[in-house]
Amino acid sequence: MTTKKEIKNSPKETIEITGSEAMIRSLVAEGVETIFGYPGGAIMPIYDALYDFGHHVKHVLVRHEQGAVHAAQGYARVSGKVGVCFATSGPGATNLITGIADAMIDSTPLVCVTGQVTSGLLGTDAFQESDVIGISMPVTKWNYQITSPDEIPEAIAKAFYIASTGRPGPVLLDITKDAQFGKLQFAYEKCTKIRSYVPEFPTDKKHLKKAADLINSAQKPYLIYGQGILLSGAEKELLSFIEKTGIPAASTLLGISALDSDHPLNMGMLGMHGNYAPNIKTNECDVLIAIGMRFDDRVTGSISTYAKQAKVIHIEIDPAEIDKNIKTEVAILGDAKHTLRLLTTLLEEKKHTEWVNEFLVARNKEEEKVIVHDLNPSKPGMTMGEVVRLSTNLTDNKAVIVTDVGQNQMAAARYARFSQSRSWVTSGGLGTMGFGLPAAIGAKFGAPEKEVILFAGDGGIQMTVQELGTISQEKLPVKMVVLNNDFLGMVRQWQELFFEKRYSFTEITSPDFVKLADAYGIPAATVSERKNLEAAMKTMIDAKGPYLLEVKIEQEDNIFPMVPAGASVSGCILGTDEM
Amino acid sequence: MKQEYIISAYSENHIGLLNRITIIFTRRKVNIESLTVSESALAGISKFTIVVNEEKGKVINIVKQIEKLIEVLKAFYHTNEEMIFQEIALYKVPTQALMESDQIEKMIRSHNARILEITKEYTVIEKTGHKEETQALFDGLNQFGVLQFIRSGRIAITRSPIEKLSEFLRERDALFSKLEAKEK
Repeated sequence: MTTKKEIKNSPKETIEITGSEAMIRSLVAEGVETIFGYPGGAIMPIYDALYDFGHHVKHVLVRHEQGAVHAAQGYARVSGKVGVCFATSGPGATNLITGIADAMIDSTPLVCVTGQVTSGLLGTDAFQESDVIGISMPVTKWNYQITSPDEIPEAIAKAFYIASTGRPGPVLLDITKDAQFGKLQFAYEKCTKIRSYVPEFPTDKKHLKKAADLINSAQKPYLIYGQGILLSGAEKELLSFIEKTGIPAASTLLGISALDSDHPLNMGMLGMHGNYAPNIKTNECDVLIAIGMRFDDRVTGSISTYAKQAKVIHIEIDPAEIDKNIKTEVAILGDAKHTLRLLTTLLEEKKHTEWVNEFLVARNKEEEKVIVHDLNPSKPGMTMGEVVRLSTNLTDNKAVIVTDVGQNQMAAARYARFSQSRSWVTSGGLGTMGFGLPAAIGAKFGAPEKEVILFAGDGGIQMTVQELGTISQEKLPVKMVVLNNDFLGMVRQWQELFFEKRYSFTEITSPDFVKLADAYGIPAATVSERKNLEAAMKTMIDAKGPYLLEVKIEQEDNIFPMVPAGASVSGCILGTDEM
Repeated sequence: MKQEYIISAYSENHIGLLNRITIIFTRRKVNIESLTVSESALAGISKFTIVVNEEKGKVINIVKQIEKLIEVLKAFYHTNEEMIFQEIALYKVPTQALMESDQIEKMIRSHNARILEITKEYTVIEKTGHKEETQALFDGLNQFGVLQFIRSGRIAITRSPIEKLSEFLRERDALFSKLEAKEK
């Protein structure tokens, strides 16, 4: 029997409760509304406490702990809040690691709580004991093992403060079973300061001025931005900046949706499978302004030939990213929102019409050689691009698009259109296949009012397909599109282009996805001909509950443009004929 | 070009900090030549002194990654020339050898070493200095057979007149007040 406990907001007053109850009350005090998790022996006391607080916090039972952490990531990405997940000790905890590593490299704020064996058994190879503190150390922003109930409120306060401030990231709290059972005098106070941690440095006015001078005197300035815009909520500031200065802008994979796809100065996406103009213009601009991005190798291609002609201005919150990959002329430490606001006031109003036209010429070249074939194919087989574009057309560019990893991801990044911020969820740095389906679950909980559409390949969806069970149990209206080409498409593409078409273990069979969905009570359909696509897509979007649509895709299509690994961004190619 | 650098890091005295710091080196396949950890002049703050043989760029990157750790207050890197540093070495030689000739005694005098303990079987000698110096004494004594030998990690202080950490903590207090003022 659940005994519905009420939480009153009187933080100064202490009450004697168990560690488990303190855990739940602390999470509620941090504004947590949704937890993704999976119970097990060492976290049972916390689950027992959770039983009494269902009216304060929603727990979503996943089918595998990896699903919990990816769901928490999806939730965090669309909501801007900290994603929370629970797992038990041992295998429960180790199953979280992939998602934690993903969140670390993609700066996603998470608090992961893992149960641990009783403190007296630590280090004895007890049942379901794993050194999750040691294992997660390189992939967390911070982690901590709680062995006494008294530590709980402070540890949670610190965890949320660390996860959500500065450059966000995942935090793991490992809590022994005796700390969950034990009692404490509970009072909650949020953490606002840690003496050894400076989330954000004050803006250096001299550097700001130097950057402004460079931008004001530039002939061919070019702005590239990353997820930092979304993380600091700087979408409006970015818009004011480019509209005042007339500077063309392009996004990293994770910066997508920070700027309206239809904005005339939005030149598209950077990187290996990014748009042609943004890549080649990197090596033609005279001032390169990089904001909230980290010059990942998939963005830069060969570093020795990257933007050598340009003076680079880097606006970044994490000091360790400055000069890490690309040497800067001016670096401004700070969050994107605050810095952009200050910088824009120092800039002159301009229009770089000719320079912007150069981008448009390059864009037309890509349009003719790639886009037109992807969106209006002459072949009978469907392309991923046309499926993606149709879905965002039918949702007025307002849907949250979640992807898995590979060709499906690149097609979605290239062809989905966005009019709303935080409506793009993908695994960038780690490139985690299997991310998509659980992340879409989290995204739907994070933005229940929005349409959430997943694009996954036939390979990736099978990595975490058990989460259909979660969707079914929650009756969660997630729309899933499986782009099925019977191949591990991106690896196959590389095998075709760089391994003499030796298709080593990239042909993959799939279950009957319609029957599989049906087994979970989820309506589904398959489309194999273009003439049926639009109607099928409409049926999916109009569905009130979850829906799975399998689309049979042309088997051996490639994603272009492409900056081959190790090549320069100016060597961005538009098709196999250029190789 | 690779050369010796001394990395100093100041951190909260918390469990696991050593591990957090060393994995930064492991991940980049950088070998730690020497490592010393102890409480600094400020109670509750540990000081790490780490010697590596690396290129400057990599050292700068490592120092930034160390500083990024939540519980690390500050990290620095210096070349050997910028610091005064010492190591300590203990040598155990057979007392018989000491008795049989005056060579060992001369060596102790000329190397500025000292005897810590003498028993019938063995004598323990202590020497502080740079690695070359402790090594030179080892090579000398080893002619008579060194029974046991141990050398510590390096400890180092800067040539600047004040402890950099105190200066740093003052700056950080000022920074926090500035940030708090901004919020208000």
